[in-house]
Amino acid sequence: MTEPLLTLRGIGKKFPGVVALDGVDFTVRAGEIHALLGENGAGKSTLIKVLTGIHVADAGTIHLAGSQIRPASPKDAERCGISTVYQEINLVGSLSVAENLCLGRQPTRFGLLNWRALRRHARAALARLGLDLDVDAELGSLSVALQQMVAIARALDLQARLLILDEPTASLDEKEVADLFAIMRRLRDNGMGIVFVTHFLDQVYSVSDRLTVLRNGALVGEFATADLPRLALVSKMLGREITAPTHVQAGAAVSGVGGTPVLSARNLSRTGSLHPLDLDLRAGEVLGLAGLLGSGRTETARLLFGLDRRDTGELCMKGAPVRINSPRDAIALGLALCSEDRKTEGILPNLSVRKNLIIALQARRGALRPLSLAEQDRLCAYYIRTLGIRTPDAETPVKNLSGGNQQKVLLARWLATRPALIILDEPTRGIDIGAKAEIEQLIADLRADGLAVLFISSELDEVVRNSTRVVVLRERRHVGEFHGDAITGPHLMQAMAGGHQPHE
Amino acid sequence: MSKTHRQRLLHSPLVWPLAGLALLLLVNLIHSPAFLRVGMLDGHLDGQPIYIFNHGARTLVLALGMTLVIATGGVDLSVGSVMAVSGATAGACLTSDHAQLHALPLVLAAALGAGALAGLLNGVLVAYVGIQPIVATLILMVSGRGIAQLITHGEVLLMPHPGFGFIGKGFWLGLPFAAVLAIGLYAAAQVALRRTAAGLFIEAVGDNPVASRFAGLATARVKCLAYLVCGLCAAIAGVMDAANIGAADPYRSGENMELDAIFAVVVGGTALTGGRFTLLGSFVGVLLLQTLTPTLVFLGVDPPVAPVPKALLIVIVCVLQSELTRRWLKSLRPGKAAT
Repeated sequence: MTEPLLTLRGIGKKFPGVVALDGVDFTVRAGEIHALLGENGAGKSTLIKVLTGIHVADAGTIHLAGSQIRPASPKDAERCGISTVYQEINLVGSLSVAENLCLGRQPTRFGLLNWRALRRHARAALARLGLDLDVDAELGSLSVALQQMVAIARALDLQARLLILDEPTASLDEKEVADLFAIMRRLRDNGMGIVFVTHFLDQVYSVSDRLTVLRNGALVGEFATADLPRLALVSKMLGREITAPTHVQAGAAVSGVGGTPVLSARNLSRTGSLHPLDLDLRAGEVLGLAGLLGSGRTETARLLFGLDRRDTGELCMKGAPVRINSPRDAIALGLALCSEDRKTEGILPNLSVRKNLIIALQARRGALRPLSLAEQDRLCAYYIRTLGIRTPDAETPVKNLSGGNQQKVLLARWLATRPALIILDEPTRGIDIGAKAEIEQLIADLRADGLAVLFISSELDEVVRNSTRVVVLRERRHVGEFHGDAITGPHLMQAMAGGHQPHE
Repeated sequence: MSKTHRQRLLHSPLVWPLAGLALLLLVNLIHSPAFLRVGMLDGHLDGQPIYIFNHGARTLVLALGMTLVIATGGVDLSVGSVMAVSGATAGACLTSDHAQLHALPLVLAAALGAGALAGLLNGVLVAYVGIQPIVATLILMVSGRGIAQLITHGEVLLMPHPGFGFIGKGFWLGLPFAAVLAIGLYAAAQVALRRTAAGLFIEAVGDNPVASRFAGLATARVKCLAYLVCGLCAAIAGVMDAANIGAADPYRSGENMELDAIFAVVVGGTALTGGRFTLLGSFVGVLLLQTLTPTLVFLGVDPPVAPVPKALLIVIVCVLQSELTRRWLKSLRPGKAAT
């Protein structure tokens, strides 16, 4: 067994109101590719930020190659030998490849740039990765994959001993991923330690030697990749034992079958976000969309709602073909989407609860048919009462409300439009348990009222509890569908994990 | 209940500009009790307040359009130049060899049309092409004066037309017509924005454009229309200006007035970050700025030095309105320390 290159012990990090990391241990050996895994809020990015000096840990120690370090800034971390390539490439697109590779450490002669040395350095740095690029080409003119390679070359140029790749494959196609993996293996064989953050389990199994799983800011465990079956890995990421008893939705079998679908999508796809997908949504059913992070759940919702332009696919409402090219089109047809990102895609923070609540309905009516104040007051009073929105009054800016109450305001915004289909993307994220239960009850009520509900959640329990039918996505593909009694945690997990596990 | 009412009043963005205006008037009254006196002269009202209103009419109209643009989260730097363009268009019509072009409705339509076109150009660049508002409107700010000079062939066109002149210096029922027009426009805008959902849409787009799109608003159209209205307002101000001096001056008309308009909007309590806006605040903001200049003259400040205290006042009002100050003021209250 090789000597650990990097050892983190008992790392803790608190933010106001949140414990982001709680006594996490993390070990990377020289000459290994180590995958770091976890769902949203697991603490992956906080751990990376502690390593790269963006955050300073509140507790714990970091040892690199035997000596204790305490990186206080990204520059500091680089000096220690920790280099990072982020998902969003932070290089300068308008400069040449050579300039990007040497930025901040340009070779100078008599105070002037030594262009010859600069190009020589750049070529050498690229050659180490087996790349042969025109170093004078403008970086922005290269493909994302090549830019990523340049970013890696730049990181390695700094005499790095540990390379952190934060979701490097998110925007690459299969061939580019294979090229990247080849470079990663080559670096590993030269004795470098590589930390690889990704959501794609196939990639974890194809390239990593060991892996560490985090959940809710705590360490779940460190494993040799080859010894850990996919299903066990998924259950560790989600925090569920495979044998745990599961709930089955009561009366699930009776609803949502037969009848013309409210909305049906055929061959819906978009390059880089979703492989062709068929989906039917019927009145009186809650269709759960399950999958790991990055599996294409939110992408599906965005395509259905006209937020992204689809490459292929036909949409039909109640059997008739419809055009949905913008949220306006979707809303006019009776669709509603409660986005997962409440803050940037949901609330109008400085406007009152009243204005936040009526905006979608008013937008559909147009500027010239304003809702009367009396009508607005009636809507506000009704939804504040029925959804139990806790606010001093309807004129309070919505940013002053708690997360759960903001979420209820957004739900009210959509219910006020009387939709035929409502898409709820992570409606319970970041809200307290009481509000969660209320929102789950609301979902059941909506279904009983005859709405079609598309329910997206990364909490497997929630999907199992609330759905009458579940579609499982993995790596942006439809990989399974479950009805009634078949909706159980183990079934869903097997489908989410994929690989060689049999599933229904 | 009365306490929350008082608190809401204190948190109203109008508080500081109104307080500033009151302070200015107080200083003037102490210095010269005649400051607020309004008398009759040649059959119309006369006095310092009338002068302030009349002189401030152009800035009032500019600030009206600017408020809408700033509320959408943008800014329009081109309004001063658009004033020159619309004045030049009116001048070119009135001095044209074709007598049929001298008809006042036609002249006004041409001038306002030029402004609307300029506003539309800004709106398309910002809302549909996606250029930063400062850069997009800088284009017309710089080129607008050139266009105006092109229209007047580089001359200052004199336009002795009594009907046209009335818009800038006439009196209606003893009141200065330009001021009456400006106040009328504010009233009309207030009704148009609050009796329809247009005001709400502008606020929503300015507060969170992404969320507005998710909620089904045509965000680009809303933004574009705001710039269009702003261009139209600039054209009206340009007509007022040309009518007031009886000439279309492509060089000086509206010079630096975009800055006055932006100052007035910000001082009036509409945040440059967009979102909630107040037309009344902008109105008070203009009066504040317009009162400041004669006040400084009254107090014996040299006109070349006058911009310095003016700038100081703007800084003070803006600092008082800033979120940071509010948080700081809140933290001063015992038991409510800032987190």
